[in-house]
Amino acid sequence: MIPFTYARPTNAEDALRQGAAAGARYLGGGTNLVDLMRQTIEQPGLLIDVTGLPGAIEETPDGGLLIGAAARNTAVAEHRAVRARYPMLARAIVAGASGQIRNMATVGGNLLQRTRCLYFYDHAGSRCNKRVPGQGCDAIEGFNRSHAILGTSPACVATHPSDMCVALAALDAVVHIRSSGGGRTVPLTDLHRLPGDHPEIETVLEPGELVTGIALPALPLAARSAYRKVRDRASYAFALVSVAAALEVEGGTVRDVRLALGGVATKPWRAWRAEEALRSRPATAENFRAAAEAEFAEARPLRDNGFKAALAVRTTTAVLEELAGG
Amino acid sequence: MTADAGAARPARVAIAPGPDGWAGGEPDPLIRRRGGPLGAPVSRVDGGLKVRGAARFAAEVPLASMVYAALAFSTVARGRIVRLDTAAAEGAPGVVLVMTYRNAPRMTAVPALLSPAPNGAMGDELPIMQDDRIHWNGQPIAVVLGETQEQAGHAASLIEASYEAEPAVTSFEEAKRRGGEQAAYAGQPLSLQAGDAEAALSAAAVKVDAVYRTPFQNHNAIEPEAVTLAWDGDDLTVHDSTRMVSRVAWSLAQAFGLKEEQVHVSSPYVGGAFGSKTLWQHTVLAAAAARLAGRPVRMALSREGVYRVVGGRARTEQRVAIGAQADGRFDALIHTGAMAKIRRNYVPEPFISPAMCLYAAGSLKLDVRAVYLDMLANTFMRAPGESVGSFALESAIDELAERIGMDPVELRLRNEPAADPGSGKPFSSRHLAEAYRAGAERFGWASRDPRPGGRRDGEWLTGIGCATATYPHLRFPGGAARLTLSKDGQARVEVAAHEMGMGTATAQAQVTAERLGLPLEQVSVAYGESSFPGVFVAGASQQTAQIGAAVVAAHRALVAELLRLCGGDSPLAGLGVDQVGARGGGLCSLADPRRWLSYASILDGGDRDEISAEASAPPPAEAEHWSMHSFGADFCEVRVSAVTGETRVSRFLGSFDCGRVINAKTAASQLRGGIIMGLGLALMEETLIDERSGRIVNPSLAEYHVPAHADVPEIDVMWTDIPDPHAPMGAHGIGEIGITGVAAAVANAIYNATGTRVRDLPITPDKLL
Ligand SMILES: Cc1cc2nc3c(=O)[nH]c(=O)nc-3n(C[C@H](O)[C@H](O)[C@H](O)COP(=O)(O)OP(=O)(O)OC[C@H]3O[C@@H](n4cnc5c(N)ncnc54)[C@H](O)[C@@H]3O)c2cc1C
Ligand code: SF4
Repeated sequence: MIPFTYARPTNAEDALRQGAAAGARYLGGGTNLVDLMRQTIEQPGLLIDVTGLPGAIEETPDGGLLIGAAARNTAVAEHRAVRARYPMLARAIVAGASGQIRNMATVGGNLLQRTRCLYFYDHAGSRCNKRVPGQGCDAIEGFNRSHAILGTSPACVATHPSDMCVALAALDAVVHIRSSGGGRTVPLTDLHRLPGDHPEIETVLEPGELVTGIALPALPLAARSAYRKVRDRASYAFALVSVAAALEVEGGTVRDVRLALGGVATKPWRAWRAEEALRSRPATAENFRAAAEAEFAEARPLRDNGFKAALAVRTTTAVLEELAGG
Repeated sequence: MTADAGAARPARVAIAPGPDGWAGGEPDPLIRRRGGPLGAPVSRVDGGLKVRGAARFAAEVPLASMVYAALAFSTVARGRIVRLDTAAAEGAPGVVLVMTYRNAPRMTAVPALLSPAPNGAMGDELPIMQDDRIHWNGQPIAVVLGETQEQAGHAASLIEASYEAEPAVTSFEEAKRRGGEQAAYAGQPLSLQAGDAEAALSAAAVKVDAVYRTPFQNHNAIEPEAVTLAWDGDDLTVHDSTRMVSRVAWSLAQAFGLKEEQVHVSSPYVGGAFGSKTLWQHTVLAAAAARLAGRPVRMALSREGVYRVVGGRARTEQRVAIGAQADGRFDALIHTGAMAKIRRNYVPEPFISPAMCLYAAGSLKLDVRAVYLDMLANTFMRAPGESVGSFALESAIDELAERIGMDPVELRLRNEPAADPGSGKPFSSRHLAEAYRAGAERFGWASRDPRPGGRRDGEWLTGIGCATATYPHLRFPGGAARLTLSKDGQARVEVAAHEMGMGTATAQAQVTAERLGLPLEQVSVAYGESSFPGVFVAGASQQTAQIGAAVVAAHRALVAELLRLCGGDSPLAGLGVDQVGARGGGLCSLADPRRWLSYASILDGGDRDEISAEASAPPPAEAEHWSMHSFGADFCEVRVSAVTGETRVSRFLGSFDCGRVINAKTAASQLRGGIIMGLGLALMEETLIDERSGRIVNPSLAEYHVPAHADVPEIDVMWTDIPDPHAPMGAHGIGEIGITGVAAAVANAIYNATGTRVRDLPITPDKLL
């Protein structure tokens, strides 16, 4: 680990002021950032601990929820309103990491956690464009079983590993951001960038910008929603494929649907195409399957991850069938 | 039974000393004892210490003015270091020393494990930071000592190296293409031919012939390797995490040109080894750096460090072919293939071991080839050979059973051999059929539906499978023990043996209490010091027998000493060692138990406060007469998602024939632990070595999967408890038998559930789509 200094502001203004310094980084639970610092992949000179900033979960006037960025993952997953109105979010969170990590991890940190690409982590011995721009990517022709097939670029094929973000993507969540110049909001689906030529730039956040919270809009159909994660062991493993879905069926026809995928894409993947293909169509297994397949029409499989499209289609179909039935 | 019911009850009937040899003749009299400490489910003696955090492990020993070590590793598989820039590291805060091949002390090479030289403990016989040559990707290239662990780690990250890379073999296919060599175990070629198996196979009525693959695996003991050590002049004191205290002491003495007595290795607690925790470069480097810096050093490997420095299980590719008659009898059994290793170590992955002892077959062809890679040396990992070999063999048997249309248990029992098929020796103790019958009944095997893919519970396909477990019973030479008895009735055993979580001290206290006719509370076992008697290895599941035989020898010597103290008026006067027995805290005549004297009176009479005897165990001649093995029958039930291919093991039963069980509680833990590790082997463990670079790219518990709690179902274990008449205490070691057979039982259950046969471990969801 490279030596650094540490600050713990108690309000957003102080955090933003400190955050303007070169080499400054915000620190949530540290479950990702500190690991990366130990590996010297991240080398901030100043850590600004933002766990003392608001982390409450509050009702909003439009009938949704506003979750403070410092809220712990566990607190969100256990929250009554979250469980009742957005069950897929609670399930996505508890499907991730371990109890101990979720107790530490914050919502802000979870959004901005970095990829688990093996070569990204191998600072000493592997090439990675995300770590060192222009260095090359050892994953494209290496071990890429866990990598993405959607949204990839010739520069980077790493997945965004978060479970929580997949649910947030499906739920039309909006990220609240502050900078010294004021505040702005960004839909979660626009927060993360596709890697393109610059995989090192992962979000639309400007340097020093602080995530202050996430707004969930009122979304009645989310009360009937699910998150399913497929992984190599029963717990404590990142997703091979995950599916967040909410479905409203009326008289055998899909009235509305929210669908997002994890494990298959370079960012939390809202399945717009599949949703489009489903709305106002009969809620049948064939249609579910066809819609999921449409989402993967442009998938780019690599050496080891060719199974992901089929797995995602099967899992999506099963989740939608379950939501449509009983 | 409660944990120590019966434990405190001393023997009421006199018990004779054990025999002075194990080759035949007299079995251990302890075999006949029931209801005493032996076999009782006694809680481990160090359980409280460990739960409270009071047991001090190697990385926790504080030494005055100690510094902390961190390693830098090579990033190429083979070549030379052409630039090694340590200036930034040397100038970093808190740095005490940067050691590289340029300033490391000259050290003599030390023999590797299984090398022709005795006492080998090193993972390989490569030079340790003596020159600019690189032999594997991950080889330590520098040691940094810092005032804190963080400072050492920071400085290590500042070291910059460039290499002149040389062509390296880093692909298994390439290694196979180059051909390799006949593999050998301790000089013995791993090859056996009886009859013309290929011809018998072609002529057979029914046959299976397939290739099975198992991956590289790494060690992930809960305690990563660690050592804390200090020099005092030419004396070196080493607090190590090792299962070979005496060999480590001897090896370090070799490396630094010392007398063996000048090196003191202490290893009272080891947080799991499973085949690791022998001697790897970090220990030698820590001693070298401490000598150079003149400061005590702690080297605690990071998890990544373990992956880079400590070897794991070799990758294998195995062909199993069986030719059988319509009634199931085997005409031919072929088990051949390749395992990956380096040229400069001696550890094979002898995957043909199960085929050497399990089945009668008209002809046999068994062979292991070593193919060579430029990588970290492979090493032992729980049941080396048997764990992966039984996956291939026992999967093939299942495939054959289906082809013949016979129940797989029945097929196995039909081919039970009368004597060892490899050596022709009689089995010392083989009750596999009993284990199968008892296990099958408890598991409900009879209800099995042999049709694959037929049963569904929602999206979950269910199936059951079984497989045979087997592991040899061994006893290494070199065992010795000191036994001390004091007037207050306390007995103490001293052995240079090891406790890695399996309950050594507890089990051996039970054995010794029973031998001496003392309550369990009055017996203690001291271990984990190289200064204690014997050269023990906690490995190959043999330490229990090795200590057991040493304690018998020491006990005989102690009884002889006690009898010498008895005067002419003593009730024991004139009796020899084999004429007396232990009973109720003293000795009595076996012929006339009323002639009894307490230990206290004997010591009193001889005017002694305590008496001590040390003796060496007789050489393991029993192995020349008998084929000695443990056996087991594994039964597994799985659920496989028809949607995602995810496998959940829902039930597991292991029914073992592993001799007399010494401690029902710690034995059950060992067997269950082995089975859990077997579930990892079956479903998830795999080291990813990038074939372009020879580099391990998942050196972390986040990316290298071992079973999590949610992967482990209720595991039932049972045993025949039939003693082996040719083993000390009638007992077999049980550290490894648990993992054997498990991967095949899982694969066979998955086949029964889905109709998909996976011959390539680990069985991940993508292989079942
Ligand atoms: C072994 C392991 C297994 C895991 N398994 C899973 C899994 O299965 N599924 C899953 O989804 N996740 C998993 N995780 C990841 C875990 O969810 C993340 O580490 C966690 O959510 C990060 O939150 P944190 O608060 O600790 O972030 P930190 O580590 O503190 O920060 C992460 C990043 O967010 C930035 N940041 C934090 N707060 C703010 C803010 N308010 N504004 C701007 N930037 C901010 C930091 O600067 C940093 O770049 C796993 C992690 C580990 C270590
Ligand atoms: S996939 Fe992306 S993160 Fe992984 S090595 Fe390539 S560039 Fe780096």
